[in-house]
Amino acid sequence: MTSSPTWDPSQPILEIEHLSISFFTRLREIPAVMDFSCKVMAGEAMGLVGESGCGKSTVALAVMRELGKTGRIVGGSIKFKGRDLTTMSAEELRHIRGSEIAMIYQEPMASLNPAMKVGAQLAEVPMLHSGMSKADAWKLARQIVADVRLPDPDRIINSYPHQLSGGQQQRIVIAMALMAKPALLILDEPTTALDVTVEAGIVDLVKELGEKYGTSMLFISHNLGLVMDVCDRICVMYSGEAVETGNVEQVFDEMRHPYTQALFRSIPLPGADKNARPLISIPGNFPLPHERPPGCNFGPRCDYFQKGRCDAAEVPMFPVPGSDRHETRCFRWAEIDWDAPPAKREVKEKAEIGRVVLKMEDLRKYYSVSGGAFGGGTKKVVKANETLSFEAHEGETLAIVGESGCGKSTFAKVLMGLETATSGSIMLFDENVQSTPIQKRNTDTVSQVQMVFQNPFDTLNPSMSVGRQIIRALEIFKYGKSDEERHQRMLELLDLVKLPRAFAERMPRQLSGGQKQRVGIARAFAGGAKVVVADEPVSALDVSVQAAVTDLLMDIQRENKTTLLFISHDLSIVRYLSDRVMVMYLGHVVEMGTTDQVFSPPYHPYTEALLSAVPIADTHVQRKRIVLEGDIPSAMNPPPGCPFQTRCRWKSQVPGNLCETEVPPVQVLEGGHQIKCHLSREILATMEPVIKIAAE
Amino acid sequence: MGLFVLRRLGVMLLTAIALTFVVFFLTNLQPNLEKLARTEGSVRMSEEAVQDWIEQNGHSGSVFLRYGQWLGVVPGWTYTDEKGDTRGRCFQIGEDPATAPRYCGLLQGNWGYSTFFKAPVLDSLGEKLAATGWLMLAVMLVMVPTSLILGVLSGMREGSVTDRTLSTFSIASTATPEYVSGVVLVALFATAATGISPLLAEWGLIEPKKTLFLASATSAMDDITFWNFALPVMTIALYGIGYIARMTRASMTEVMTQQYIRTARLKGVPFRTVVMRHALRNALIAPFTVIMLQFPWLLNGVVIVESLFNYKGFGWTLVQAASNNDIPLLLACSVVAVVVVLLTQLISDIGYVFLNPRIRLA
Repeated sequence: MTSSPTWDPSQPILEIEHLSISFFTRLREIPAVMDFSCKVMAGEAMGLVGESGCGKSTVALAVMRELGKTGRIVGGSIKFKGRDLTTMSAEELRHIRGSEIAMIYQEPMASLNPAMKVGAQLAEVPMLHSGMSKADAWKLARQIVADVRLPDPDRIINSYPHQLSGGQQQRIVIAMALMAKPALLILDEPTTALDVTVEAGIVDLVKELGEKYGTSMLFISHNLGLVMDVCDRICVMYSGEAVETGNVEQVFDEMRHPYTQALFRSIPLPGADKNARPLISIPGNFPLPHERPPGCNFGPRCDYFQKGRCDAAEVPMFPVPGSDRHETRCFRWAEIDWDAPPAKREVKEKAEIGRVVLKMEDLRKYYSVSGGAFGGGTKKVVKANETLSFEAHEGETLAIVGESGCGKSTFAKVLMGLETATSGSIMLFDENVQSTPIQKRNTDTVSQVQMVFQNPFDTLNPSMSVGRQIIRALEIFKYGKSDEERHQRMLELLDLVKLPRAFAERMPRQLSGGQKQRVGIARAFAGGAKVVVADEPVSALDVSVQAAVTDLLMDIQRENKTTLLFISHDLSIVRYLSDRVMVMYLGHVVEMGTTDQVFSPPYHPYTEALLSAVPIADTHVQRKRIVLEGDIPSAMNPPPGCPFQTRCRWKSQVPGNLCETEVPPVQVLEGGHQIKCHLSREILATMEPVIKIAAE
Repeated sequence: MGLFVLRRLGVMLLTAIALTFVVFFLTNLQPNLEKLARTEGSVRMSEEAVQDWIEQNGHSGSVFLRYGQWLGVVPGWTYTDEKGDTRGRCFQIGEDPATAPRYCGLLQGNWGYSTFFKAPVLDSLGEKLAATGWLMLAVMLVMVPTSLILGVLSGMREGSVTDRTLSTFSIASTATPEYVSGVVLVALFATAATGISPLLAEWGLIEPKKTLFLASATSAMDDITFWNFALPVMTIALYGIGYIARMTRASMTEVMTQQYIRTARLKGVPFRTVVMRHALRNALIAPFTVIMLQFPWLLNGVVIVESLFNYKGFGWTLVQAASNNDIPLLLACSVVAVVVVLLTQLISDIGYVFLNPRIRLA
């Protein structure tokens, strides 16, 4: 028996009470989670939201009692079906793991054994827990693989994890969790590593399976939109504590904690605009676990902070009356006017858009790779970029959108000169730089075209101080005559990216992610860059920091009239900050136009699917669900004709087999809106908007 | 796969030619040839006589041509002296040069005549190689399982008492070279006056004045027994055990921190099964290469151990060939060594593909 004798299904499946977890290092005890309580009823999906380091994953791992050597539960209880998991023996725990509670992980590739066939990894679960025979277990594995809607289950169970795509791997991890029909499923950022269209499919699957099997879920994510899609209840965490918990609708529409409010104001929802309604970032930084302030943890960053009250004593959870188990950890929740508009929203001038700075024409980049497993074999050509043509103007933000493998990073590399194009021309201020690799470009060109990278953690030299790194860039760009002059300029650059001048002496490891990214931006602008390629500059950062960094980029752009090429897969942020958008799929530009043109119909069928896949954390927004079947085809073996034809839901509207045989022409609609599609203008005109905002 | 092996064999052949040429060049340097002339002819030969001897025995001329003759791609040398007697590479004195083959080198199966064994190189070398083969086999049988078990045991729970104990043992054993451990083992187990043998003799377990193990492995040439073979095998294996165990441990500890191990644990898999089924195969990928690299190193180890225990195998032959300036024998030894090294590398690369499904050789 796995449930206690007094337990019945009307009681919570999972009940966490006053849970405290600490990690013990040689120096000190670091409290990771304090006084955390939550309840998950049968069939309910509970969302756990918060920024990195807030302790949400620690809670999940504590439920599994998998805290490593240093982590320990120092207080409270975790009751699963009425039995306390914290006092269970290792052997009892083993029977619950995998059979009663299963977990789905963030990185599917890393969590599957690379040297075992998928089927063997799946079949292991029922063989262990219900003593099923090997043949039966494999049969069940095949059935569950079909259940998670993977094509050709017989082939899949006989393959190794590396032979599957990321989305398929995640479906396997889900299948593995479902093998024993668990009562509770813990999902730790299950879609973070995946593309949005794949994510949409996985989310649908999880919801559907949850209903089918009646599984309760603990869903951990930093993505509020996703939580709204999947969960019934939500628990917002900040710095090791639950700060607000309640029904998803209630928390989203009537939040009663300042942190939740600040979080919602810092994410780009439809309607936000970089000039008229800019995002509001949360000031200050996340407190380190051993430097938490007295009283309310959010106090130092809170707009409603009252000295002597908020920092006097630990804040308990207050129930919000007239609601369904809605609680908040704020002394002042009843006093604050929650509907008041934010005070310090400043309206900014729209930047002037000037002359053409960068012009690409018919750019192509092909790679050749060898095919055979032991080398040799036939050479294959990967068409990373196919007939890319566009112009970018001074002071303009051009967003390049697409999923992994669409060729957006190759494009950036070609522009930077890290790779040379196969054919076509790149005109930068009337100079053709197409076939000039970066080593041969002159200092001027190099300093004019700079890049801000995706991962600020890897792009700074860990053994050089921040100031030194910026000065090094200035030296390379041959800026200034003396060291003093460069030092002065470095301090100005720190001002520009709103970092204290004292940071010049710091080492990169002493900075937070957002601060590192600011250093990266300072370095890019060191030589007065005219064109900056920002390759997913905020995707590695937390939501509250993202807003600050994007704002900074926008401010610098306004001042310097920089052309910003913003590469991203995050459509919300693209809608927020870009002037024009270019949508790429398998090396082709499938749609290009102003932000309004791209985000409203007519759409290219791919853009339509992409838009519908992005979860939006707003209960007023209605989305049409279009889930794309299958994966992105390999660029090594692209489909003939239109690159999108294998997944397109509009294909039947095109007469004949045009889609399979011919690459569609670029149709120019009114206002210079370009769509690469065979659909006739009449059909395009009938398209409905994917996102509707309900009247408020 | 076939193409890959063919290509690798091609590269191997080129490497072998280059390496043997280096050995050929070094052993055929002029001073060495003069020394050879004096040992083969007479110690009191005059300078001119030495030069004559070198010329008359086919050691003059371009080093490339001589290498070609040795390889069997250039016709063998002939020399006809004033008396009309003809000597040559491919026939003995007195035979008719006309009936002898023109080419006689490695490719024709003629590896030369060993001046040390007074016999064709090929015949004597084969027998010695067989002896070393048995030694190596025994070493591998002892070393590989022991070291893998030690490595896995210490790597599966990093930092535990088991780990610390086994790691100390491995470090100690790999830090002791064979010429030290060999002597220590002999002193402990195979000396009538010291170690445990006198004690055992006192207790009546072995005959007086005898030793537990034999300090000489010469008798193992005819009949391998535990008593005459254990010490040489242990001497070589001890060093390797420590080394491979360290490698296995490092790879095992790394694998145990991987996420898929956590996945397996959270599936409710018992610890034993986690180690055996999920960790082991992944952890063996790195040590496999190391084990394969041990083969060439074993060749090196046997040189010391075979001399120490007077076991007349390949290593012993190599030492004798070098000290007696037996050029054909030395060259043959180098050919064998090169082939062994390169073949094990090929096997290692192919085995890697089978162990690690992600690897594709290119």
